[in-house]
Amino acid sequence: MSNSILEGAAAAGPARSAAATTTAATTTVMSMQQALNRALDEVLAENPQAVIFGEDCGRLGGVFRITDGLQAKHGEQRVFDTPLAESGILGMSVGLAMAGFHPIPEVQFDGFAYPAINQIVCQIARMNYRSRGTMPMPITLRVPSFGGIRAPEHHGESLEALFAHVPGLKVVSPSNPHEAYHLLKYAATRPDPVIFMEPKSRYWQKGDVDLAHCDADGGDPTGAKVMREGRHLTLVAWGAMVARCLQVAELAAEDGIDIEVLDLRWLKPIDAEALAASVRKTRRAVVVHEAPLTSGLGAEVAQLITQSCFDTLKAPVERVTGFDVPYPSGDLEDEYIPNIDRILFGIQRVLEYKRG
Amino acid sequence: MDTLPVASGAGAEPLTPAQLRELYSLMVAVRHLDTSAIAWQRQGIIPGYAPELGQEAAQVGSGYAVDTTRDFVFPTYREMGVARTMGVDMVAYMSTHKATWHGGLYNPMESRLAPIQAVVAGSVLHAVGWAHGQTLAGTADGKLGVALTYFGDGASSQGDVHEALNFAAVMKAPVVFFVQNNGWAISVPTERQVAGGSVAARAAGYGMPALQIDGDDVVAVVEATRRAFAHARAGNGPVLIEAMTYRRGPHSTSDDPGRYRSLDEERDGAGADPLERFRQRLLADGIADEAFFAEALAAAKAEEEQIRTGIQALGSRPGTEMFDLVFQETTPALQAQAANWREESEHV
Repeated sequence: MSNSILEGAAAAGPARSAAATTTAATTTVMSMQQALNRALDEVLAENPQAVIFGEDCGRLGGVFRITDGLQAKHGEQRVFDTPLAESGILGMSVGLAMAGFHPIPEVQFDGFAYPAINQIVCQIARMNYRSRGTMPMPITLRVPSFGGIRAPEHHGESLEALFAHVPGLKVVSPSNPHEAYHLLKYAATRPDPVIFMEPKSRYWQKGDVDLAHCDADGGDPTGAKVMREGRHLTLVAWGAMVARCLQVAELAAEDGIDIEVLDLRWLKPIDAEALAASVRKTRRAVVVHEAPLTSGLGAEVAQLITQSCFDTLKAPVERVTGFDVPYPSGDLEDEYIPNIDRILFGIQRVLEYKRG
Repeated sequence: MDTLPVASGAGAEPLTPAQLRELYSLMVAVRHLDTSAIAWQRQGIIPGYAPELGQEAAQVGSGYAVDTTRDFVFPTYREMGVARTMGVDMVAYMSTHKATWHGGLYNPMESRLAPIQAVVAGSVLHAVGWAHGQTLAGTADGKLGVALTYFGDGASSQGDVHEALNFAAVMKAPVVFFVQNNGWAISVPTERQVAGGSVAARAAGYGMPALQIDGDDVVAVVEATRRAFAHARAGNGPVLIEAMTYRRGPHSTSDDPGRYRSLDEERDGAGADPLERFRQRLLADGIADEAFFAEALAAAKAEEEQIRTGIQALGSRPGTEMFDLVFQETTPALQAQAANWREESEHV
């Protein structure tokens, strides 16, 4: 990156340290797969109405091993395999919820949610409304999501905008093992349907997990989270893109660009206040996502920022995203997913923006 | 067709004369409310209705087998006769046709009747999930609550019906699949809808017992449904019943059957009126007389008047419910939208 970018950054200075993290006796190192597995184990132990099911979730422990060992520990009544039919899995979840259970179904890969869209959109999302609040749908739908693992077609999709557009659904995506543990435990105790989008490319990355608290304030993990504080520009991301944005921030810091990274976490409801608070400070924003550009969630984020920060924004909110193309084969995957260079170019466009 | 083991439901008590008369009274009440609802629509009392004229025996007979203390029923949008038989508040039920609230205003948990919903075959899988929940929960007496799910010959084309039948059979879930084959999916007749000619015949492929019955014979419907319930309740898995009947009216008040079937075809296809058939049977068996029939009709008319009065008295639901009933835990965005609506709406 050229130093000329500095010209566009007001009062450039050394990067601030990352948000304070507490290192307590409750902190342990885990992969996201282990963190999710532990969260589900605890949910099953704490809530006798919780049941986990889907394709290969039982004996195999799921194709990503997220439910590994849970059937052996909690029994075939609590963790079970279903026939291979996503609409059946989700439709069954509705009936189980009506019967007082807390279903935690798994759709094996993002693209396999499409065959279940009718049950998700027309049934799960609407039953609380249709029944006037008498039939809540406490369904936590786990969906291994996004790209980055050189997988076959329909194994690398980003469905957040589609789900977020549906009234009655909530959508969340963790970015690291710590977030995965806490967000899943939180989502799986909610009385409303939550689509839990797991960044499958991050399953095997390890990180510190503080089992006691998710956030520094000790409250529920309901909003967005500043993963790195900065003064010159806010990078907004979720899922696997958060780690990439943190990398970008480190690189930019070498050029004196102090970047704040905001992990949106909840893609519905979006934490508009956190967006406003961050961008009011930095006055510049770039939103990064893997999903295609047009009508992607980046548009929603940009609008929310524009609405709250229009008077102080130094430049239009930039989007660095996938393209309006079907998710490509593994060979072209790296051309599609926003990479470090593309994110840096996005940052450059914002920093170099001149009014008029 | 009857592939249900004879042992299932063996020893069930035959219907008593009082029960037979009750069935007739229910059928008359349903017939009168159904035909009245068409009139309500023509008079502008309700914007639309999906009549079930001709399906009274299938609906009253199957609904009669439900034990509302432990079973649960999953309807489509055409099960008014089932709802009435189960004792659902009919003003609250018919409010869906008044356009008051999509699912109806009745409490589905207390009524044991899932909300009315319009996706054909949408609720069939819900029945399987609910029923599997009964298996997971277990019961002290070893007798399971049974899910009764309704769908038609048209819905049998939906993939969800296949998934539901397969899931239920694999999981041995206590479900009774009750197919009302009424001959028509709006304008498309069964022969252009159901390959092989019978939904019941498909059950064999799932290893599931099935009954194809005369859906216009209310006694046959009660007996078949009771047998199916006994089979499922005992933990033997699901049963499919295909009740052969005929949709005598239009698909809905917006439909024009004249565009796809002639009156002659309608007469031939419909056969004898199920209500009249039952009346003749009760007369022949000396179980009811003209005075009883007159009394039943008078009661049906009084009931319809009461329901109509209730429907006409129903105001719109407060607009705040649009926002308040989306989630159990609302969101800031939704609260903000509700606040904007309140501010900008002249009605509040």
